[in-house]
Amino acid sequence: MTQWEIGPIFRALMRNKVGAVLIAIQIAVTMTIVVNSIFIIIERAELMDRTSGIDEDNSFYLTTTGFGENFDAKSTAVTDLEMIRNTPGVIDAIQINAIPTSGGGWSMSFQVEAGEDKPDEGAAVYMVDEHGVNTLDLEVIAGQNFDLSDIRWREGNSRDWPDTALVTKAFAESMFPDIPWQDTVGKTIYIGPTEPVIIKGIVDKIQAPWVRWEDVEHVVLTPEITEFSSTRYFIRTEAGQRDTLMPLIEEALASSNKQRIIRGLRSVEETRERSYRGDAAMIKILSTTMVVLTIVTGLGIVGLASFSVNRRKKQIGTRRALGASQGAIVRYFMVENFLISTVGVILGAVATIGLNMLLVNMFSLNALDWYFVPAGMLVLWVVGQIAVFGPAKKAAGIPPAMATRTI
Amino acid sequence: MFAYYLRLAFKSIKRNPILSVLMVTAIALGIGASMTTITVNYLMSANPIPHKSEQLFYVQVDSWDPHDGANSNNEPPDQITWTEATNLMNAKQAFRQSAMASTGGVIEPEGQDEKPFMASIRLAFSDFFPMFDTPFLYGSGWQDSAGENRDYVVVISKATNERLFGGENSVGKTIRVVGKNFRVVGVLDEWVLVPRFYDVTTGAFDETEEVFMPFYMKQELELTNGGNTNCWKSPEGEGFAAFLQSECINFQMWVELRNSDEKAKYMDFLNNYVTEQKALGRFPRPINNQLSNVMEWMENQEVVADDAQIMMWVSFMFLLVCLLNTIGLLLAKFTGKASEIGLRRAVGASKTDLFLQHLVETAVIGIAGGLFGLALAYLGLEGIKTLYGEFVQNLVGLDLTMVASAIALAIVSSILAGMYPTWRACNIAPAIQLKSQ
Repeated sequence: MTQWEIGPIFRALMRNKVGAVLIAIQIAVTMTIVVNSIFIIIERAELMDRTSGIDEDNSFYLTTTGFGENFDAKSTAVTDLEMIRNTPGVIDAIQINAIPTSGGGWSMSFQVEAGEDKPDEGAAVYMVDEHGVNTLDLEVIAGQNFDLSDIRWREGNSRDWPDTALVTKAFAESMFPDIPWQDTVGKTIYIGPTEPVIIKGIVDKIQAPWVRWEDVEHVVLTPEITEFSSTRYFIRTEAGQRDTLMPLIEEALASSNKQRIIRGLRSVEETRERSYRGDAAMIKILSTTMVVLTIVTGLGIVGLASFSVNRRKKQIGTRRALGASQGAIVRYFMVENFLISTVGVILGAVATIGLNMLLVNMFSLNALDWYFVPAGMLVLWVVGQIAVFGPAKKAAGIPPAMATRTI
Repeated sequence: MFAYYLRLAFKSIKRNPILSVLMVTAIALGIGASMTTITVNYLMSANPIPHKSEQLFYVQVDSWDPHDGANSNNEPPDQITWTEATNLMNAKQAFRQSAMASTGGVIEPEGQDEKPFMASIRLAFSDFFPMFDTPFLYGSGWQDSAGENRDYVVVISKATNERLFGGENSVGKTIRVVGKNFRVVGVLDEWVLVPRFYDVTTGAFDETEEVFMPFYMKQELELTNGGNTNCWKSPEGEGFAAFLQSECINFQMWVELRNSDEKAKYMDFLNNYVTEQKALGRFPRPINNQLSNVMEWMENQEVVADDAQIMMWVSFMFLLVCLLNTIGLLLAKFTGKASEIGLRRAVGASKTDLFLQHLVETAVIGIAGGLFGLALAYLGLEGIKTLYGEFVQNLVGLDLTMVASAIALAIVSSILAGMYPTWRACNIAPAIQLKSQ
């Protein structure tokens, strides 16, 4: 204990409190921001790491909107799909009502028991034909895919639903928590209070259009092609063919039928980027803030320590003349900083948890995992020690002869 | 005297260049970060129609599921049904009123070479235009009777007018929208609303529509639903008429009420209306009607993004660290000047003189930090534009108010930061300082 000279260092600090207090508060606030930022960054990164279950790299889609009295939605869909599927480089294509991760789509509520006022769960609905599984790069892991006879035409104002459906494993487990998901094939579920649908098969994984939805893997595929004047085509290509095929197919569709316009041509990759753009931006902004803030705090410590070294030149020279080693001088400043940092990180730990509680309350963020706090304390301790090392080294270089000089 | 202090300040700043740069940079970073986030928040929470935001009210009635509220906090649903939209419009109980909905349709330009294009359409009543003070370039909104008679009339945006008619006065001309011929009665001037308060269901920062059309065209032409459609029970029966008769919500309603008297009356009317509907077997939930003025509605709909608010608070804490940094450095610096201060005191400068002198020095650092910070804020906003893309376009402009407040914030905060070190410096006993010489 005596070797570390904590007593004298502490007493010396108490004689010039303000500087030390300023550094301590700076460290506390810096820690608060850094720890909370890292926590938010990790959460967002985890969100962005999830996959949508479809072939994101090789898929794209577009919207076709028919107009005019002569437009025939049914024949247009048939001709278009045949043309797209026969284009070299295309693996498969479907008409679909909504695009995974795009942010806009349909949802319906489903219940296990028929009747009003029974518990229900929401799921996104994708309307696809028998090519859906292949185009979306899904795998039927139980039961069977749709076949041609399951597919029906859906009219513009139709309110009823087909008799069968494919559901994701996640949705099957959520609807029937008490039985293994494989056994849900053949079960009947209800869309709304009364409309029965038989589960024909289970697919591995596909996300709903809304990436921020907590039940993002609750998805139902229904076997139908829509007769709407405005619909989307979803196209999966062979690896590396997407960018070549996008303009080709757009042009082919536009010129094959003048009774419609083609718009919203976009790759799934770009759609995903757009959906997570806010998170990506938040990660970048918070990372930058964190780094800059740590540098500012570090430089502040360097500046104050340098000043304190300059002011104490004579005192340091005297100590050296009386036999203190260079190491002892370095140690003095390191220990001094350590004491200040300790106060700082303890304050910081309290403030970090406080800010997190505030964020939880105001913005419904998640609560911080406990180990973030000690980790943050450690980081700030290290930053302080690194920052003070330079000035301390300089102090150690002051010659003992300094004791004899005035100023 | 001020000029002399200024000279002294520059001298002192030059004497410790690294320290001075550190202080200016710290203030600049803090100000830059804060100004960037304040600007985004300020524009997100801006009042889009300041002169009458207190008189415009968004109408909510609770027509939802008896067993399950529309929201977790028992708020009424955020939109209304076709039935309510038409009933409330027919009642005409407010000074001005307009139910509305969004839809879209294909516009087919006249020329053979021109490609048809998709346009956003707002369905509204004639009061929409005077109520929201829409700026007209040519013509005006349609007459109330034209809306009721389901005349094929439209008001188009400035951009649409330029695309279709090269910007000339197109009032009286015909355009083909959703497969029908419509007569243009008005052309709007540039109309930017941040946020686009009248309908925030699909995003508060969307642009105003390209075409405005009488509300009943929805029924007449069976137009598609834009925005969000939510139903707590399925429509009874098939077809478009069944949808309109259903409990599905896809419509918004605004009323203009000039004073609290009118507001109280309208509220009474709404309560009576719901009671009547209850007698018809609708509105199974307890009466829960709400009238929110523009800013209340923006608050209710949480128009300011959470992330923007989090960033603003983080940047304030950042500024705090930068200021603490500056206080510490100034303190060190002024303490270092103790002997000089002692000397000046001894030769006759009063404490006030010294205080002013050091305040000037602090202010110089503050202004430098502020100006540099402003440049950083500009860069910061450019950065936000690149990170978030085109849909924040209207949220990242620096206006004069923001520039002035950035500089003011910089000066005020740096002077506040300089206060304590300056005070400490002035309280040095001259005798002791002179003795050590």
